[in-house]
Amino acid sequence: MSGPRVGVVTFPGSLDDRDALRAIGSMGGQGVALWHAERDLRDVDAIILPGGFSYGDYLRCGAIARFAPIMEEIVRFADAGGPVVGICNGFQILCEAGLLPGALIRNRSLRFICRVVDVRVETSLSPLTDGLVAGEVLQIPVKHGEGQFVAGAEDLARVEGDGLVVFRYCAPDGTVDDAHNVNGAANAIAGVRNDSGNVVGLMPHPEHAVDPDVGPTGGQPLLASLLSRALARV
Amino acid sequence: MKHRFEVVVTLRPGLLDPQGKAIQGSLPAMGWTNVSDVRVGKHIVLTVDTGSEVSAREQVEEMSRRLLSNPVIEDVRILATEEVGG
Repeated sequence: MSGPRVGVVTFPGSLDDRDALRAIGSMGGQGVALWHAERDLRDVDAIILPGGFSYGDYLRCGAIARFAPIMEEIVRFADAGGPVVGICNGFQILCEAGLLPGALIRNRSLRFICRVVDVRVETSLSPLTDGLVAGEVLQIPVKHGEGQFVAGAEDLARVEGDGLVVFRYCAPDGTVDDAHNVNGAANAIAGVRNDSGNVVGLMPHPEHAVDPDVGPTGGQPLLASLLSRALARV
Repeated sequence: MKHRFEVVVTLRPGLLDPQGKAIQGSLPAMGWTNVSDVRVGKHIVLTVDTGSEVSAREQVEEMSRRLLSNPVIEDVRILATEEVGG
């Protein structure tokens, strides 16, 4: 096997780790399984925290996983500029760990939502959107009960002002409005990045959107971007 | 010395509380039309074994900040304390 090494962390209760590993492989990278209780990052060039229900979502989504031994190493990796992506539960974990601003709470509808949505790319300055153009619309599935992005007024102003929003829920033509804000997220935010642009989290699942035989392929350009970021570090 | 604490975690004011809203929405149908501002939180009860009530409370405050609540979205109140046997 060749290609950049992308680590995917399995926590107790992770669900999408295998899909993420498979998606990375199908896009030409090497998926490397990482275990929450270890501290060894196995020489990876990028890291994905996958979706699922780590620790049963007890207390708050991601609140307990964020103290897993491997998270100390991931914080160090991120501080050194390594690309880190959190998908769904992984996004929640990154927010809990303070690597990303804001938090994710229960969907506005109180219902679990499982469907394909349209998301608009807001910036190319993230590990998932290198080479993409702001305004581009991608089709990617969401599946979550607690995906409503919220932040305090000051934090939200900073997130918007500093261009930290990476994705917003939108209509197929890219219009952002309340009707297409699938979970009621503040400003329809579907994904954010950190200040230095190497950590990104999003509720939609790019790893479920790479195979044209089973659905939309909006995840392909995002994972391709991640692989090129990872390749740059090899 | 063991002390018992109750920690109450609630969503910060201004943040939409979808659970509170759903509960509030169901009350008028049962005849209670005068209820507003329903908020749902968490109630955590724990016992700390340490030298004094002051140090126990300090520890609970730190635990509340670092794990029991998320300061980005939640407020926390540390309620009644009592000394328990042992």
